[in-house]
Amino acid sequence: MSRLGTRRWLGDRLVMLFAVLVLLYMLVPVGVVILMSFNQPASRQGYTFDAFTLDNWTNICGPYQLCDSVTISIQIGLLATVVATALGALMAFAMVRHRFRGRGTANVAIFLPMASPEIVLGSSLLALFVSAGFAGQLGFWTIFVAHVMFCLSFVVVTVKARLAGLDPRLEQAAMDLYANEWQTFWRVTFPLVFPGILAAALLSFSLSFDDFIITNLVSGQTVTFPMFVWGAAQRGIPPQINVVGTIMFLLALALVVIGELNSRRRLRG
Amino acid sequence: MTRSDLVLSSVTKRFGSFTAVDDLDLTVPEGSFFALLGPSGCGKTTTLRMVAGLEEPTSGTVHLGDQDISGLRPYKRPVNTVFQSYALFPHLSIAENVAFGLRRRGVKDVKQQVGEMLELVELEQYAGRRPAQLSGGQQQRVALARALINRPQVLLLDEPLGALDLKLRRQMQIELKRIQTEVGITFVHVTHDQEEAMTMADTIAVMNGGVIEQMGRPLDLYENPATTFVSNFLGQSNLVGGQVLERSSQSVLIDVHGSKLLAPSDRARSAEGDVWVGIRPEKVFLAAAESEFDDGSNLLAGGVVTDVSYVGVSTQYLARMPWGQELMVFEQNTGARDSFRPGDRVDLHWMPAHTFLLDATQAADAGVEKEEDL
Amino acid sequence: MSAAAAHVGPGEQQVPQGQDERKRGLTGYLLLLPGALWLLVFFVVPLVTLISTSLYDPSGSVFAGYEMTFHWRNYVDAVQGYGPQLWRSFLYAGTATVAAVLLGFPLAYAIAFKAGRWKNLMLILVIAPFFTSFLIRTLSWQMLLGDNGWLVDIFRTLQILGPDGHLLATPFAVVTGLTYNFLPFMVLPLYASLEKLDPRLLEAGADLYATPLTTFRKVTLPLAMPGLVAGTLLTFIPAAGDYINSELLGTPNTRMIGNEIQDLFAAGSYPVAAALSVTLMAAIVALVTVYVRRSGSEELV
Repeated sequence: MSRLGTRRWLGDRLVMLFAVLVLLYMLVPVGVVILMSFNQPASRQGYTFDAFTLDNWTNICGPYQLCDSVTISIQIGLLATVVATALGALMAFAMVRHRFRGRGTANVAIFLPMASPEIVLGSSLLALFVSAGFAGQLGFWTIFVAHVMFCLSFVVVTVKARLAGLDPRLEQAAMDLYANEWQTFWRVTFPLVFPGILAAALLSFSLSFDDFIITNLVSGQTVTFPMFVWGAAQRGIPPQINVVGTIMFLLALALVVIGELNSRRRLRG
Repeated sequence: MTRSDLVLSSVTKRFGSFTAVDDLDLTVPEGSFFALLGPSGCGKTTTLRMVAGLEEPTSGTVHLGDQDISGLRPYKRPVNTVFQSYALFPHLSIAENVAFGLRRRGVKDVKQQVGEMLELVELEQYAGRRPAQLSGGQQQRVALARALINRPQVLLLDEPLGALDLKLRRQMQIELKRIQTEVGITFVHVTHDQEEAMTMADTIAVMNGGVIEQMGRPLDLYENPATTFVSNFLGQSNLVGGQVLERSSQSVLIDVHGSKLLAPSDRARSAEGDVWVGIRPEKVFLAAAESEFDDGSNLLAGGVVTDVSYVGVSTQYLARMPWGQELMVFEQNTGARDSFRPGDRVDLHWMPAHTFLLDATQAADAGVEKEEDL
Repeated sequence: MSAAAAHVGPGEQQVPQGQDERKRGLTGYLLLLPGALWLLVFFVVPLVTLISTSLYDPSGSVFAGYEMTFHWRNYVDAVQGYGPQLWRSFLYAGTATVAAVLLGFPLAYAIAFKAGRWKNLMLILVIAPFFTSFLIRTLSWQMLLGDNGWLVDIFRTLQILGPDGHLLATPFAVVTGLTYNFLPFMVLPLYASLEKLDPRLLEAGADLYATPLTTFRKVTLPLAMPGLVAGTLLTFIPAAGDYINSELLGTPNTRMIGNEIQDLFAAGSYPVAAALSVTLMAAIVALVTVYVRRSGSEELV
């Protein structure tokens, strides 16, 4: 190998090594979560690994309110996902496929919520709810409304990208082959945009399920899972939280792996 | 009338202030292989899309036989299209792509027809694959099968071979021609490739700027172009300015920079005042300067060879004439004729019957492929 | 979160058809209407309400009600009272953004050009942290950085840290947490930009006598600019408003503006909290505008 070649080889290895270290930095906390799900803590305060146990896994709902909060988060997540995905997908179709006045304004209005800090979004909504006289009714529905709002922009962006990548000639070909507008939409447009809609729905659910800052401002007495974690962090963390975290991680991982395998199988036919 | 010819009458299409197709009249006889040939932006694809129903004419009508189809939605027309870059449905298998049209028309048992069609395009073994797993040439044939299976009255082909490499393109040209003869359906083929159009079509319409410049058999278009655009877009031409001196029912006598040339009257599109005198480069012979000949040839003397390109079957010369213009001469490399080198002084001669005359008000370089077109 | 946006199906580029094929008519408005209404009622109207709340008489309360007195002194109080926290927010967010660029650029570069068949795996690993709750992940930094953690041991052995030195409850811990939390938002847009870059351009750079460093500066960096701008915005904006890292990993001396806004709202001091929130938003809009102008990527917004 020439000297230049050696230097290049070394450079490539160094870049890769650094990249792996950065990945490690990103993944170590996940490892800690999984590890701590098997921890039997000696005291309530210490966040150290003391002894191995499976008790946390067999008794997930042990800590007061933990499972209730997960249920509420799932309910809100599903509901907000359905509404945000439906509204956002319609908006994306309008933006890509239709001409209308004020699309510039619409674009900015969709972009802005993504560019605003959550604390500002949350405090605005709280200001609205309070001045509209809803201060006493903060809870499930105000959280739902807030989650749909911040998921909407992400749905529009995701579906839009997929739609913009759709060759309009495919729909023309369908029309040319005796499919009317309705059949063209359901046989060609929708199946081809569906992966984008699915991605948007998954993104919405994870955004909703994980949101804390906005929820904390508009939740009243309702306790979602992140709110429960937050409360626990002040008092001493039950190890079951890590079990929930681990289950979430494994579920999402399984989804991604299945999706990946599925797309590979499709390619191979 | 039982024939179902495709007839476009005074069709105009405007996009805003841009007129893509301008008052077009066109008849495509049933069962013919018809080519719409022209440079990009000439309106040929728009014309095709209006026949398919993907574009609505601003004015004018489209008839198929007795039926006015101008107002019909695309899915109501007995017309199918092979799209540029094919537009195969990526989420469906090859068999389902081909069956798409039949299923939409409520045909229950499509299996046998799909099998036969895939056999016709020699893709039986690929029925279960997806479009992305096929090569460009195979995808092209799927697109063809998907359209043909519906037995349309007219098959529209929008630059169907544009994405293939040269060798495959030649192969597919022959294949398409075979299939058209076999199924006997009217093919309307849009292309910017003059060689492709000449190889395949019975009739070519040359389009430019939204209008048809000339229409006819490939041979007639090439041998007897009606406009400078056609003379340059189909092959290459030498166009030299001249003035008409005399005309008879048989021939026209023209003065070209002092030389007297003859052209047949029936090849004269213009026979008064200033004209372009046209001659194809392969019809011209080179001779060493001042060689004697007296066979009634048209003769332009005093050329100097400025460039020689040897291309195997022929040698292509450029000769600078005394008035500064460079003329092209293609000599077949038969071994029977002298070859020349740059700087040699030469005379150009050709048979008067090969001369054509064009209107001098047209630009001499219309239809010449410019660098930005390539 | 632009992860999904960055993962548009490869090889499916839009084919321009010469003419605009978008349909006119009412359908467009009808499709847009429900979502637009939602954004209007729950994003635009609340922002306006926030601004008007910030001008209320601060002596009111949630229960007694507030009076609109155009009390612009709320802003003076907010900036005077919470200037250090505001300044600290931008300092921490800025530091975390720079750190995220320094860590994220080589990672994105390695995935785009050096990873080969590991590319997909590495991409999944980049988004893997999202698979579990970020609050729990931030909590696990408490353990990693804690006095009993092995990081402190290593740092003490290497004498980077004194024998009684701490990592947890320091500005370092807060910035580490912020960097960690928003790093994927930096890596994904950067990767999306770099991936489009034709490696032959780099070879062309080298061929034209550029040193690797010059090639990087003159070819790679300008072409990665859209991703870099998007990544920095996606990191900086949420980091500036965050209070979770400061609360879980910091001390009262590392409090950021988010902590104060949250606490003021929780305590019912709505007008000042609103004023502080509006100030944060205005400062971010101003900073982002200047930044986007200077980096010449206005088409991004």
